[in-house]
Amino acid sequence: MHESAKTTPSPTLPRPSGLSGFASDWASDQRTFKNVSWGKAMMWIFLLSDTFIFGCFLLAYMTARMSTTVPWPNPSEVFALHIGGQDVPLILIAIMTFVLISSSGTMAMAVNYGYRRDRRKTAALMLLTALFGATFVGMQAFEWTKLISEGVRPWENPWGAPQFGSTFFMITGFHGTHVTIGVIFLLIIARKVWRGDFDTERRGFFTSRKGNYEIVEITGLYWHFVDLVWVFIFAFFYLW
Amino acid sequence: MVNIPSSIDDTVPAAEVEDVELYHPHSWWTTYVFSQDAKVIAIQYSMTALAIGLVALVLSWLMRLQLGFPGYFSFIDAERYYQFITMHGMIMVIYLLTALFLGGFGNYLIPLMLGARDMVFPYANMLSYWLYLLAVLVLVAGFFAPGGPTGAGWTLYPPQAVLSGTPGGQDWGIILMLTSLILFIIGFTMGGLNYVVTVLQGRARGMTLMRMPLTIWGIFTATVMALLAFPALFVASVMMLFDRLLGTSFFMPAIVEMGEQLQHGGGSPILFQHLFWFFGHPEVYIVALPAFGIVSDLISTHARKNIFGYRMMVWAIVIIGALSFIVWAHHMYVSGMNPNFGFFFATTTLIIAVPTAIKVYNWVLTLWRGDIHLTIPMLFALGFIVTFVNGGLTGLFLGNVVVDVPLSDTMFVVAHFHMVMGVAPIMVIFGAIYHWYPKITGRMLNDVMGRIHFWVTFLGAYLIFFPMHYLGLLGAPRRYYELGESAVNPPSAHDLNVFITLMALTVGAAQMLFLFNLFWSLRNGKEAGGNPWRATTLEWQTPTTPPPHGNWGKDLPVVYRWAYDYSVPGAPEDFIPQNQPNPDRISREHIS
Repeated sequence: MHESAKTTPSPTLPRPSGLSGFASDWASDQRTFKNVSWGKAMMWIFLLSDTFIFGCFLLAYMTARMSTTVPWPNPSEVFALHIGGQDVPLILIAIMTFVLISSSGTMAMAVNYGYRRDRRKTAALMLLTALFGATFVGMQAFEWTKLISEGVRPWENPWGAPQFGSTFFMITGFHGTHVTIGVIFLLIIARKVWRGDFDTERRGFFTSRKGNYEIVEITGLYWHFVDLVWVFIFAFFYLW
Repeated sequence: MVNIPSSIDDTVPAAEVEDVELYHPHSWWTTYVFSQDAKVIAIQYSMTALAIGLVALVLSWLMRLQLGFPGYFSFIDAERYYQFITMHGMIMVIYLLTALFLGGFGNYLIPLMLGARDMVFPYANMLSYWLYLLAVLVLVAGFFAPGGPTGAGWTLYPPQAVLSGTPGGQDWGIILMLTSLILFIIGFTMGGLNYVVTVLQGRARGMTLMRMPLTIWGIFTATVMALLAFPALFVASVMMLFDRLLGTSFFMPAIVEMGEQLQHGGGSPILFQHLFWFFGHPEVYIVALPAFGIVSDLISTHARKNIFGYRMMVWAIVIIGALSFIVWAHHMYVSGMNPNFGFFFATTTLIIAVPTAIKVYNWVLTLWRGDIHLTIPMLFALGFIVTFVNGGLTGLFLGNVVVDVPLSDTMFVVAHFHMVMGVAPIMVIFGAIYHWYPKITGRMLNDVMGRIHFWVTFLGAYLIFFPMHYLGLLGAPRRYYELGESAVNPPSAHDLNVFITLMALTVGAAQMLFLFNLFWSLRNGKEAGGNPWRATTLEWQTPTTPPPHGNWGKDLPVVYRWAYDYSVPGAPEDFIPQNQPNPDRISREHIS
């Protein structure tokens, strides 16, 4: 059912074997990555570029944290919630992480149903994914509100190094923006799936190109990437 | 007749994907303004880049007027001088060179040279240009904002970039500069993804990677590098914007300004330097690699000879691109880094000289016993080789820590990078414009004006920048508003500065002639025909000139040979187009 690219294998050309076969496949004409459509290639390369953005953000944060001369606030205390008379460390973050990882599961199922051309289930699962994403952003807004009410600002906080607040708001804010864009993207594509655009080959409003179900997978690539980035933020910011 | 081993097959695989459906514009606006055609976008990018480049040229005149005649021009005060320096550097490096090579030549040449109808995502490609234009407008807005543009130097080093002592530091200047950079990067990413995917996935039948013209290899590698290097500048710009607007302390240490303790503390200015140069050094090669590629094609075409060592040229481009990501701290030898790091970065820096030297040898060997036509593109290509070797040699001085430290922040550095990354790529840009103008417009640029333009620019560039090396060795610091009478500025050095200023004005005037030529030849140039240079690459084989929307008419071209079949023994003419079938197995591709 994978119909992203129609491939015509050519039996006439001799194919070298071994390492030189590998090299000549890569260097062959028309397409370097056979079976990879333009859209998918573009998303992969964009994600590579985006990796460098998050990498730079996280490295900058680590530099600040390692070189600070005043104490760094303890994440397990700062990010604790007071539930049932005791402080539960990182409980909100644990729930957020669980929600986001679950959303990756529903996204993967949406991709699967997309390739089966089951537009109802695809759209429903994409909406569920968007719902999980929106829940994540909502909980992040709650977390921000709590920290702000406790006096955390980008330029200062009550417990120590001012870079704590600045890196926290910057990195989680940048990640949250990615999730929000993903949610919007999911809603748009889910609407198209629901309406049957990819069955009737309706043309895009801006690009006037025919879409197909592969866009579900491309959206999925972005979504899984945002999820993966969160794992690194979780590890480096909250668990360190 | 050349006998080719039978392993080289002239059969071409069947088409793997259906022909693309293009967006066909219906109105004047969508044809010429909000166009999705890569060729129109290329022209829009180029015109915008040249226009903003003209601003930077005028700024360089103003700086030289101050250095040559300090005190004569009362409107150039110290603050304005620093603003001119900053805007000149930033515009030239990013908004002119990067935009023109990748947005301009990349957009025009990638689809045409690869036998594609257009970029893979024309709509994103169009957005790329409009974001670039917006970035340019925000940048220009700095000139009209209260306090003027930023005067922090093109490297924008904190903490001074956001302090009130620096022009624009506590006004609008730095905010507009950083916003403009962020917009530029977002816009570039849209275009850059297009260029990379088009090269990887959108080539014609028979166009293997190892048959691509070196122009495409250069632009492709540079675009990949830009997609990986610009994120560092993006992050640095966002963080500095927060430092300035929100009062965060990413880059700001505890600091006393005008006797007042500022609210900042604990930030690292060195962190900015690392982020900036992790972008900044690859940026040098983002500009240089397309120039390398284009100049290879210019030399091969105008010397009627295949490029020497094609495979080696490709690998040299790729290796230079990879190495340039691990040399960035050679811009920071005086930042107080661990000497072991200095050793590491000096070593990697000097290793880059190896693939670069291979390229220079191969250009010279391509010329060797070639049928050299001293056309204007060829003159500029030769000018490039000379200025590039010159700038590269002074790079050896600056790449070594012990030699760099005393030369750091002197006019020697200014001379070095203007030679290697200012003059040399600009030579290629001019050569390329003279070379491809006939394809873009259907008419040749005027030859006499072109020759005057070349000789004044080439000789003038030497007369400007060669004496600067001596000033630098004398110890004259760069970025100083005025030096007065001092040990590093004896009367003889001042005379030299006057001379340099006069030469700078002359070379600038020659660029006006060039711009005039661009417009004059549009109507009055000689009819060029489809392939005036008798070149092999696909863009010269289009059905009509200028190429139509969709580039190729009904059928896409099929590629049967590499891009360098010039003067092949046994062939009826001294060039064989890439799309000419090869039943007799006449080609020199096997020697590559």
